[in-house]
Amino acid sequence: MLQITNLHAAIGDKPILRGIDLTVPDGEVHAIMGPNGSGKSTLSYVLSGREDFTVTEGGVTFDGQDLLALEPEQRAQAGLFLAFQAPVELPGVGNANFLRTALNALRRARGEPEMDAATFLKLARAEAKRLHMPEDMLKRNVNVGFSGGEKKRNEVLQMAILKPKLAILDETDSGLDIDALRIVGDGVNALRGPHFSALVITHHQRLLDHIVPDRVHVLANGRILRSGGPELARALEAQGYAQVIAEAA
Amino acid sequence: MAAVAETLDTVRNVTEGGYKWGFTTDIEMDFAPKGLNEDTVRLISERKGEPAWLLEWRLRAFAAWKTMEEPHWAHLGYPPIDYQDAFYYAAPKKKPGPASLDEVDPELLKMYEKLGIPLKERAILAGVETRNIAVDAVFDSVSVATTFRESLAKSGVIFCPISEAVREHPELVKQYLGSVVPPSDNFFAALNSAVFTDGSFVFIPKGVACPMELSTYFRINAQNTGQFERTLIIAEAGASVSYLEGCTAPMRDENQLHAAVVELVAMDDARIKYSTVQNWYPGDAQGRGGIYNFVTKRGACRGARSKISWTQVETGSAITWKYPSCILQGEGSVGEFYSVAVTNNRQQADTGTKMIHIGANTTSTIISKGISAGHSNNTYRGLVRILPKATGARNFTQCDSLLIGDQCGAHTVPYIESRNASAKVEHEATTSKIADDQLFYCRQRGLSEEDAVGLIVNGFCRDVLKELPMEFAVEAQKLLAVSLEGSVG
Repeated sequence: MLQITNLHAAIGDKPILRGIDLTVPDGEVHAIMGPNGSGKSTLSYVLSGREDFTVTEGGVTFDGQDLLALEPEQRAQAGLFLAFQAPVELPGVGNANFLRTALNALRRARGEPEMDAATFLKLARAEAKRLHMPEDMLKRNVNVGFSGGEKKRNEVLQMAILKPKLAILDETDSGLDIDALRIVGDGVNALRGPHFSALVITHHQRLLDHIVPDRVHVLANGRILRSGGPELARALEAQGYAQVIAEAA
Repeated sequence: MAAVAETLDTVRNVTEGGYKWGFTTDIEMDFAPKGLNEDTVRLISERKGEPAWLLEWRLRAFAAWKTMEEPHWAHLGYPPIDYQDAFYYAAPKKKPGPASLDEVDPELLKMYEKLGIPLKERAILAGVETRNIAVDAVFDSVSVATTFRESLAKSGVIFCPISEAVREHPELVKQYLGSVVPPSDNFFAALNSAVFTDGSFVFIPKGVACPMELSTYFRINAQNTGQFERTLIIAEAGASVSYLEGCTAPMRDENQLHAAVVELVAMDDARIKYSTVQNWYPGDAQGRGGIYNFVTKRGACRGARSKISWTQVETGSAITWKYPSCILQGEGSVGEFYSVAVTNNRQQADTGTKMIHIGANTTSTIISKGISAGHSNNTYRGLVRILPKATGARNFTQCDSLLIGDQCGAHTVPYIESRNASAKVEHEATTSKIADDQLFYCRQRGLSEEDAVGLIVNGFCRDVLKELPMEFAVEAQKLLAVSLEGSVG
């Protein structure tokens, strides 16, 4: 379970998050929607431990642990996964090699035996097939020369293989066509269960047609202004953020 | 006495000082006093039982050396070397090693562990002198080397210490020694020619593909030859060989000054692949201690369609001065240079290659990856020279530099001289930094910062590492990661 309490964060002197309270129980998928500049991506970076941001107030616990006290890799080892809005290229590093290195780093941290290359390749191929990704994506270098859509799908493939307890999807739907959107949705839905939760950050309601959230939160100006069920997302799509934000004020 | 027990006994006697064989009186004579003069050269030659022609050869080299000046054009800074304040010849094992692993520098042991070197080998590498380990070591190398030699002998390959080749195959040594790197080639080559102690000799006869990779690791007598090593490899027409030099384990040496010479000769259609992993002691984080490594490596593609390929992974030494080169004389001959040079802390490396295109339709490829971290300086210096008769010559050069942190330096100094209008020479260069977002991306997937650096650096070096023989490549990858530990954050 993720519990965020009165979280304030800044980049340099500029405050971006101004008191966020949010609880995501195990097994639930929550959507965070909001206009540009509302602090959505900052929230994903603060939760995953990017050093450019300073937490000035408040706290976060993940499964009872003080999340903010952990290094980024420790957070990953605890089961937190961030699907990046702009996945990074790693020239010369094979995708399969990268994924296996990551998977084994997680397994080591949990005291599990490392997975050998053959077993891993079988697993990776099966997952790639399930997500309708060409197998050669495993052979290519991490995100190098990938189209925008391929990069996003590669994030979903990584998530499928690393099987996190909490996935944060930072605008994974941006720039995706309808088919790719469905693949991303399938990727998340396949993981849904009592021990998986997700924070889906998006601009648009359309991803939420594929990943139906348990709760929807509207983030604006660094605060959560409204929370509701899936119907809130549809209301946003119909009325626009301005209306919803004005109503909340 | 059973054969095994007898052998054990023999080994024990040898490893415990050889008193029984009456060597004791020689010990005092077995190292030359400090300093370098004609007498030093004569003593080395005499101790090695060399023929007169080789002594003359050494003395001529020494005379040349005296008239030469140490080169200072490289981007390297170090205090003046006092050549009279060094030892040039010492008998092996002049000092007892540590009695057990407990006495070995824990930092060194930690490094071995990280590199995944088996416990038994760690003790050997650290020079531990307990009897059991010494016996194991002798047994291992004797048995491996014996099988090895039998198999090589069957195919007519000669692989032995160069001092042995001087005795057993003098005509070959006389014909080829100094034929690629003449004794007066440069200051350090002249020094080496005067005082070299040992090294490898390889001869692959006509049409023979050497049945296995040759590695210095298996060469008996490999210890204590590191300071002024001399290697000579000859591949006759149609022959091929892959030679591995060095070891990923960190090598410590009492002698700070190292000046090796390597000569390769490839005749028609011959192929020589020479791979090096160099991990000499680089000095501490403040730059104290560390090896000065001044190496002259050169290959002559004498025959048509011959090919010489240099692959090097350089992570050690305080100072590296090294330009493995190819003289492309035979028509259609091919020269390759694949290099990874890593510098960290206060290390300085000035390394690269020379490709001299003499014959028509000769081609060369240069792929250089320089990685600088800490306060280090890393320079690529390369020469591509196309001579008038090299019609249709081609060169492709790619030089990439990767910077870690903001206190280090990367420099690229390419020289291109073309005297044939039909030649094509391409040069590409990039400089990049490990980006924070790359590190964060890897860490978010669960990798530690150091593992992330290792992964990114190995990706950067991939084009070179894939040229290494398989087992070597795996070791080299680990070595790169270990060499850069503590360079981020």
